[in-house]
Amino acid sequence: MAKELVKGNIAIARAAINAGCQCYFGYPITPQSEIGEYMGAHLPQMGRVFVTAESELASINMVIGAGTTGAKAMTSSSSCGIALMQEALSAMCIAEVPGVIVSVMRGGPGLGNIAPSQGDYFQALKGGGNGDYKLIVLSPSTVQEAIDLTYRAFYLALKYRNPVMLLAEGMLGQMMEPAEFGEYPYKDPDVTQWALGCSHNREARNLVSLYMPEGALEAKINKIFEKYELITKNETTYEEYMLDDAKLVLTAFGTVGRIAKAAVNKAREVGMKVGLFRPVTLFPFPDKELHEVAKNTDLILDLELNKGQMLSDVRSAVFGACPVEFYGRSGGGLLSPDDIFAKIQELYEKIDNKKAAGVV
Amino acid sequence: MADMSVIISGFGGQGALFAGILLCHAAVEEGKHTTWFPAYGAEMRGGAVNCSVNISDCEVPSPIIDSADVVIALNEESQVKFEKKVKKGGILIVNSSLSQAAFTRDDINYLKIPFNELAQQLSQPAFINVMAIGVLLEKTGILKSDSVIKAMREMSKNVSAKKAALLPNNIESFEFGTRIIKKQLVTA
Repeated sequence: MAKELVKGNIAIARAAINAGCQCYFGYPITPQSEIGEYMGAHLPQMGRVFVTAESELASINMVIGAGTTGAKAMTSSSSCGIALMQEALSAMCIAEVPGVIVSVMRGGPGLGNIAPSQGDYFQALKGGGNGDYKLIVLSPSTVQEAIDLTYRAFYLALKYRNPVMLLAEGMLGQMMEPAEFGEYPYKDPDVTQWALGCSHNREARNLVSLYMPEGALEAKINKIFEKYELITKNETTYEEYMLDDAKLVLTAFGTVGRIAKAAVNKAREVGMKVGLFRPVTLFPFPDKELHEVAKNTDLILDLELNKGQMLSDVRSAVFGACPVEFYGRSGGGLLSPDDIFAKIQELYEKIDNKKAAGVV
Repeated sequence: MADMSVIISGFGGQGALFAGILLCHAAVEEGKHTTWFPAYGAEMRGGAVNCSVNISDCEVPSPIIDSADVVIALNEESQVKFEKKVKKGGILIVNSSLSQAAFTRDDINYLKIPFNELAQQLSQPAFINVMAIGVLLEKTGILKSDSVIKAMREMSKNVSAKKAALLPNNIESFEFGTRIIKKQLVTA
């Protein structure tokens, strides 16, 4: 199939439909309203379910309802809307209910603004919900990757019975570029062993988030964390770019990752040894892989559209193997290739000076 | 020229965003890599809008443009705002019908074109946004005219009948645009 010009939000919606999404529940919010708009125009015609919920709280609870039956269900929202869903996300994790949540970030805190931002890394990864739980979080940097990771989100949600979040920025949702959809590439796991529904010919089942007997909750959490270890082992994904001889390595996720790539190209043109490490899965975060990279470079520069959130995971992965610097903008400010390149020049000089002085 | 970055800016209703999408579609027709990124927000008819378009033979890493090879300014506000964004040696296409602002740089090329007046010569409604794309192609040769026309035909398949009926006008405006420089309709 040939590539076609497609907008990020529409790409996510179309990929969800191709992935067999049976139910969409959502409440409009910029900069992702086109997802719901597209779903509303297409799902009912296909005999699938589309509901404009009365709130984000209702949306995610409808996802829980559909998810318990093994249906492929999704919702999409943006920063402050996702904030409202946190209680339900925590419950989904412990009750092992699958579901796909698309979070197209805008400026925060609060209602913030509608400009691109990455201020919800902590919200997605460190949870606003209660208790020990993790979402699987996928971070696309191109429209093509948004399609591929939407497919993967539906698959992983069912495979691991855990909510999966596709974490994008308003920039990716609003931009257009050529991409191809192909076909949903996964074979979905059997859900009949756990899904709720008619129980005439089997024992009754339930999926709950309340575990009162002594030790029951701890046992359940331990089981879920064994699953998270398995997810880390099986699903960790990242992109490496020009790392072989890199003295300075940029780390960035999402669209900042691709903008950083432009800065790497610019640096390479003038002979600076700069590379890029871009996590594609944010949980599971590529800890070991980034640590290996850190051992072989002089400095890491973490780039984000926030005040330094992934930075905590980068530092934890690097674990002192090399120094880590941070450069970011918040509240809707963008990082351009030139901005990043200027920072690269400044830091690269420092590396050289330190080397000359025998510090490193 | 294998790579080109273009910023198209105007007030809402002038079709700056559409012109960018058209350019991207035409680039896809030629199998090129391309990105379109709008300055999105609470814009409405009359407000300022702009989009950034990259066209390349290679993967486009950044949709954000620091300095553009070409800026198309469909009104005065756009000219003032984006004049500094033109790359040294680059081109600023100005709609002189709606801009009296002075040119402040001597390291870029200005193309001063009275789009709104020229549009009066064409079947109505005529479209200055696609006229400007015509000028861009005539000046830079970044894409073939046929690709733009093919893209317009494709795009007209997915719009309302009312909009699709404007395809001939769009083609006329575009083709007129591709002859503006040759016909010496650029003002000094």
